[in-house]
Amino acid sequence: MNQTINKYSKQIIIVNSIFILFWLTISIFPFIWTLWGSFKVKADFFSRADWTYALSGFNTLIETGATTTFKAYLESWTEGEFGRATMNTMIVTVSVVSISLFLGTLGAYALSRSTFKYTFYILIIALIFRAMPHITLVSGYLFPFFQLNIWGILPTTIIVLVAINQPFTLWLLYSFFKTVPKELDESALIDGCSYFQAFRYIIMPVMWPGVVTAGLFSMMLAYNDFTVTALLLNQQNYTMVPKINAYLGTVEYGGNYMWAVSSVVSATAPLFMIIWFFQRQLISGLTAGAVKG
Amino acid sequence: MPHRTFFWFILPTALAMILFIGLPIVSSFFQSLHIENEQVLMEVENCDPFGCTTNVRVDVEATEKIEAENPLGRFNGFGTYTDRNHLAFDEIIEAWDNKSSIGEFKDIVLNLPFYKALLFTLTFCFAVTPPVIVLGFIVALSVNTLAKSLKGLIVFGTILPMIVTPLIGSLVLFWMIDSQGIIGASIQILFDDPNLSLKASSNLTWITLIIYGIWHNTPFAFVVFYAALQTVPQDPLEAAYIDGATRFERVRFIVIPHLYPVATFIMLICLMDNFRVFEPIIGFSAEGVAQSLSWMIYQDLRNENKMLFGSAGATSMLTILGIAFLLTPVLIRTWKEFKTER
Repeated sequence: MNQTINKYSKQIIIVNSIFILFWLTISIFPFIWTLWGSFKVKADFFSRADWTYALSGFNTLIETGATTTFKAYLESWTEGEFGRATMNTMIVTVSVVSISLFLGTLGAYALSRSTFKYTFYILIIALIFRAMPHITLVSGYLFPFFQLNIWGILPTTIIVLVAINQPFTLWLLYSFFKTVPKELDESALIDGCSYFQAFRYIIMPVMWPGVVTAGLFSMMLAYNDFTVTALLLNQQNYTMVPKINAYLGTVEYGGNYMWAVSSVVSATAPLFMIIWFFQRQLISGLTAGAVKG
Repeated sequence: MPHRTFFWFILPTALAMILFIGLPIVSSFFQSLHIENEQVLMEVENCDPFGCTTNVRVDVEATEKIEAENPLGRFNGFGTYTDRNHLAFDEIIEAWDNKSSIGEFKDIVLNLPFYKALLFTLTFCFAVTPPVIVLGFIVALSVNTLAKSLKGLIVFGTILPMIVTPLIGSLVLFWMIDSQGIIGASIQILFDDPNLSLKASSNLTWITLIIYGIWHNTPFAFVVFYAALQTVPQDPLEAAYIDGATRFERVRFIVIPHLYPVATFIMLICLMDNFRVFEPIIGFSAEGVAQSLSWMIYQDLRNENKMLFGSAGATSMLTILGIAFLLTPVLIRTWKEFKTER
């Protein structure tokens, strides 16, 4: 029965394949094009005369003597100090992920195990907090941070990103802990464990799937953030995304536009690789809460 | 779990949220009630061989003194909310009194900075969301029919636009659509019009931004629909098949009704996320013709001479009001879900 119902006619298969190919082209081609173009000079990638120059590398050959060039990468990583931005991004991302998982697991575990009514209100408040546009929060940070003289440094940004990330982490981990049977830690409590011991020795060993998903989302937030990092960090401490934006602001220095192109490639490549490995967790996290409905 | 234990478990995360989400909102509100200090002016007499002239100059010392005493500025009540750059009550009343036609009145109002930004933000929200839902559904349906071995790869390819940050995503598209990029240049050749470009008219820019929005948001709708498709019950589908329903009818009358709640969820999330649209405007360098509420705040905070905390705070509060409006259905839904769970 199932076989016949799911058997597709030839027309459907053909139409479907064409559509999927078309869709994949739309979603992937821009990235491939940017990757390809990052090895050319500006006159080729942004060619007024003839876009095929970007393919053949016409001007790249004239300017550098070969059809591909690493010039943009070399310059942005040395002169453009993109290496430093990468380092900053790594510091921010690793700290944000570890701190927000630490805070999130503790909080979400308590929320999932408490039967009192206030858990509900805490979750609702978290939901409201999650909907706040980040830029409105930033407008609230700047003035106090200037007064306290903690503007511009990495630790401030890290703690802000952790906080911004908490509502989502809490909700995700809360719905995950709900699926972990209560009997597991209840039996440990009966045997004389404290709540913290039950959490440490019973729950922690089984919570890794949920934690990986939550970690992945924290990572994407910290890695991708522009609003907070651009406004809360000073130029020297810029992470990758505001750095790329800074390259664009200085178009007058000709080559800088290609710095931005090559930096976009440098910034997205590691992200795509990580997502390739954790695709399953990403999808399970996105659908948590949605599919039940 | 006893209250005491609960308190210690929740304390770190609650503290982080209160300090860095709750307080900033309060601080934003507080800032919005204040306005920048006025500069102290003084008259200076300059004498040269041709006579004496009096100039009005800023008294830097006195200004700095006031600034140090009162860094937040002077109290302004709700004045910032009603000034020309925000709700602009005076301007609207004036325009209404002097209007010769409704069209003219509309033009004047929609050229005020706040209403201009609001118009773009709302247009963006409501133009992006429906196509996202439809496209996401179609892509999910067609990926669902593929062989299992292909699915992983194709799902990965499909979600790429969502993974990159909006700034990078919009830049990548912008570099292609720009008049010197591959698509932009091809369109110029196609229409034989060397002046045709993204920047040529504000309508074109808006359309480009909306296309970007659809490109960026569809993967999310796809993923949620795709997961929901796995939960569609098989029995009614089989029954319909036996009764002679075509494939289209089965999708129309069984699959789609099953996915309604999921579609509303996607719609609400999409509306909320797009209400804060801001990075694409920077990526497409479209500041000239398309401003959003979030962009206005960014601009106030990026002001070259002095950060306009008051103005940014007021816009923030108004943005939060808008979000609250959109958020209400989500909250009601969550509320009901919770009630049924218990």
